[in-house]
Formats: sequence, C-alpha cells, structure tokens
Amino acid sequence: MLEQQLFNALSLGCVYALFALGFTLVFGVLGVINLSHGAVFMVGAYAALELVLRVHAPLWAAVVFAFVFSGLVGLLIDRLVLKPLRARDAPHLIPMIATIGLGLAMNSLVQGLFGAENQRFPSDVLPDQAIIIAGVSVTVLELGIILVSFVLMTVLLLALKRTQLGRALRAIAESPKAARLLGIDVEGLFMVTSATAAGLGGVAGVLIGLYSNALFPLMGQPIMHKGIAVIILGGMGDIRGAMLAGLFLGFAEVLSVAYIGSTMRDAVAFGLLFLVLLVRPKGLFGSVQERKV
Amino acid sequence: MTTLEYFDNFWSIYSNLVLSLGTASLLALSIYLTLSCGMLAMANAAFMGIGAYASSLITMKAEAAFPVAIVGGMAAPAVVALLIGLPTLRLSGVYLAMATLAFGEVVRIVILNTEDWTGGALGLNGIPQATQWWHVLLAVVLVLAVLARLRRSRIGRAFEAIKEDETAAGLMGINVTGHKMLAFVLGAAIAGLAGTLNAHLTFFIGPNEFGFDRGVEILTMTILGGINSLSGPVIGAVIITVLPELLRSFKDYRAVVNGLILVVIVLFLPKGLWNPAWMRQRLGLRAKGVTP
Repeated sequence: MLEQQLFNALSLGCVYALFALGFTLVFGVLGVINLSHGAVFMVGAYAALELVLRVHAPLWAAVVFAFVFSGLVGLLIDRLVLKPLRARDAPHLIPMIATIGLGLAMNSLVQGLFGAENQRFPSDVLPDQAIIIAGVSVTVLELGIILVSFVLMTVLLLALKRTQLGRALRAIAESPKAARLLGIDVEGLFMVTSATAAGLGGVAGVLIGLYSNALFPLMGQPIMHKGIAVIILGGMGDIRGAMLAGLFLGFAEVLSVAYIGSTMRDAVAFGLLFLVLLVRPKGLFGSVQERKV
Repeated sequence: MTTLEYFDNFWSIYSNLVLSLGTASLLALSIYLTLSCGMLAMANAAFMGIGAYASSLITMKAEAAFPVAIVGGMAAPAVVALLIGLPTLRLSGVYLAMATLAFGEVVRIVILNTEDWTGGALGLNGIPQATQWWHVLLAVVLVLAVLARLRRSRIGRAFEAIKEDETAAGLMGINVTGHKMLAFVLGAAIAGLAGTLNAHLTFFIGPNEFGFDRGVEILTMTILGGINSLSGPVIGAVIITVLPELLRSFKDYRAVVNGLILVVIVLFLPKGLWNPAWMRQRLGLRAKGVTP
C-alpha cells in the first residue's frame, strides 16, 4: 500500500516540478513573477483536449501540440506585455500585476468559449492498462507522466549546463546588463525563455488533465498557488531546487492525505512554506545573499 | 421622477456597490500602509477575514453591541499581526510577499477546518446587518485622516526613509523593526475594520472570500491607483470595484475585458493612475505656454 502511495506521489510531484520549472525559469532569467503561468497551464490542457477531440490525434501529438501552443502564448505575452515593461525598466511588481490581468483574461476567455463545467479526455484515448512492477500496480498513464516529466527536466538541465545557450541564459540570470555587454542577444533569449517556460507549463497542464481527467477554466489557480510554494522552497530562480521541491511537495501531500487526512492536504504546501521561510529565509536549497552596505 | 425618487431608486439598486467602494478603499489603504514602509506584505485578505470572523462571532455568539464587534474585529488581526510580525518581517521583497500569502492560505484552511466556530466551508450565515452607510463613510474618513497625519509626522518620514533604503535608515538611528511592526499591525487593524464592516453589510461570510485572489486584488487596487499619495489607493479601489459592474454588457467575457484593462493601465500609466507629480508637470507646462 505504501509503495502504491509513493508511486502516486512521484507522478504528482513530477507534474508540480514541471510546472514550477517554467515558473522559476522566468523568475530567474527575466526577474518576473509570472502570475499568468497558471492560466498558460490551463490553456495547454485545453489545446491538447481540442486536438484530441477534433482530429482524434494520439496523446503524444496532443502533448507536443500543447507545448507549441502554450509556448506561442508565452511568446505573445513576452512581446506584447513584458517587453514594453522591460524597456521602461518597470519595478518588478508592475509586470506581476500585468500578468494577473492576463491570467484573468485568459481564464475568462476559456470559460466563455468552452463553459465552466468540467471537460474530459475521451476514455478510449487514455491508456488504462496496468503493469505490475515489484508488486506495485502501475498504470501506463502514470508511467507516461513520470517519463515525460523526467525527459523534459533532463533536457532542460543539460541544455542549461552544457550548451552555449544555457551559458548565455545563466549569464543573463546573473546580470542582464553585463550579458548584453558581452554580446549576448539578451532580448532574444528573454523570448526563448518565456516561450520555453510557457511550453513546459502547458505540458504540465495536459499531464494534470490526464492525471485527474478533469479540465476546467480555473484549473490553473490551485497549481499556481502550489507553484509559488515550490519555487520558494527551492529558492527563487533555482532550477534544480524547484524540481526537488516539486517532487518533495508531491510526496508531502500524498503522504499527509494517507496518514493525516484529506482536509489538510492544501495546508501542507503553505504550512511547509511558512515554516521554511521562518527558519531558512532563502528557501531550502537557495543560497543566502545578504545585502552589503 | 423627482431627484429624490431617482436617488432612492439608485440607492436601492446600488447601495451595496457604493458601500463596498468604502470597504475596498479601506483594504487598499491597509496595504498602502505597509507598502509605504517598503514592505510587500500580502496578508491583508487574511487579516480582513480574521476581523470579519472575530466580529461576527462577537455579534452572533456573544450577542454584543456593534461597537464592541468593531473593536474586536480590529484587535484580533492586530494581535495576530503582532505575533507573526517578528519572525516574518525579517524577510524582504518577494520572500515577504510569499510568506504572507502562505500565511493567508493557512488562515483560510484553519477557518475551513474549525467548523464548530466558523461553519467551515459553508461559512457564517445570518450575521446581523448592523453596518449603516455612515459607518463606512466615517471609517474611510477617519482612516484617511489618521494616515494623512501619519504621513506628515516623524513616523511617516521614518517609513519613507525605510522604504528608500532600509540599511541607511537603520544607520541613521531609525528603529527599523519597530516602524515596520507598527505599519504591519496598523495595516492589519484597518483590514480587520474593513472585514468587520463588510461582514455586517452582506450578512454572510465564507472562507474563500479571504483567499489568494482577494489578496492579489487588494494589491492590484493599490498599485493601480499609485502609492505616491493617499488618493491613489482610493481611486484604484473604486476602479477595481466599479469596473466589473460597468462591463456587465460583455456578459461571459466580462473578465476578459477587465483583465485586459488592467494590462493596458499597467502598460501605459507607469506610476499608477493618480500621479500628482506628472499632473503638476503637465499643468505647469501648459501654464508656461500661456504666459510667455
């Protein structure tokens, strides 16, 4: 029974990690708390659902489509809203409020187009076979969620660590000004970051949509609250921290439901966050930076 | 229709909207206070909730008079702010915002799970409708007066110094922690007042009214209006409260327009809507044009 719970926790934690990854990437590189990330996540899920319903596309194609579609949405947000704000060097609260407005607009647009009620993936596209691994029965769907998440996270980590692009991004995260002086195309990379982050968010949306098989316009709200908890726990802007903290939150939630009771599930993320901030103000994995006089 | 009849008619339809302008202004001013001290604390929705529940329990369970409830509704969040203030206010910037948001979620979940007192997810129903229109008006005027006085006092200048540069302010002998605490606790009390008035106006409160979304909305009002003056938060509160009503004709797509208007305002009015310096500059330039 415990193994079963741990496996559930792993798949849930993977989705949290994937979502938080995009969230923290935008904060690390652009310095923006993008509160429309939850709406982009929802848009990704709906895009995949539409593709499946309209052209009977296979699930893998739907996941790819969600990545591309929400990536484009992220690109648009960056061009139309975040770029002008960067150009005038607005204080970091201002883009945050702009993204609140964008999130509101996207949620309500989807609600207007598709209705407020729950939508489902048709049952014939969901892989429901179960495999028994070491005495634990595992659905193919859950395995798929874990696999997709791990592949995307590994690719991103390797890209950041090994490639020229990743090095440039890390330079921008240190100081956009210095990066520009070094001849890095900062604006272009901001665009790439926004699009990639949004794409990852969209894929996380499809995965959660498949996991719980319920899509609704406000599905991004709860995960965004959790995403905030995760990126703080992991240290703001810290990619590996966000992944670990996302997995950690998945385990903490599933285990607290199993052993304490389901009413406290939502308290877990924020209770943890509150405690961690009090003890370690820069997050569990974040490095401490004190301002010097 | 005579003017009086027209007014009666208007009031019977819109009295709730007009009064919620008052409570929204109070909330915007409560977060203005912490922002003016350089802190991005987002627990105001939670403090509003604590005030609303505390005062409603006072009028419903203890059947005490409304003034007692108001005092209780302001004191309860102030005490909570005092308790969580010391450890929380060490954090700065985004971390403070997130810790206070997290505190808000914890409050919401505690309310959900203490059903015997708070009614849990069902909320509290049948709160006596004790709030009169002049209570709200008086509260807004009083809070504005106190804040205006505060701005011009030593404390107000200390807030300003801390906002500009905390380290420098500390080196100049300003008690940084003390002043931050004062702003935080006072802000909590104002939010509690708004919660009290609102609860006794709508005679129903539920835990989800005081969650993340409300916290973000309160911040939006204040930033939108601008934090350079006291009029800014009030103007922001009015816009955020009235906008959904004005956009009723958009029906299902109302929030789309609402959200896009937010974006447009942020994009084109960098300092918030109410920006005295900019207006003075424009008027000054125009005056120069007239007199050679």
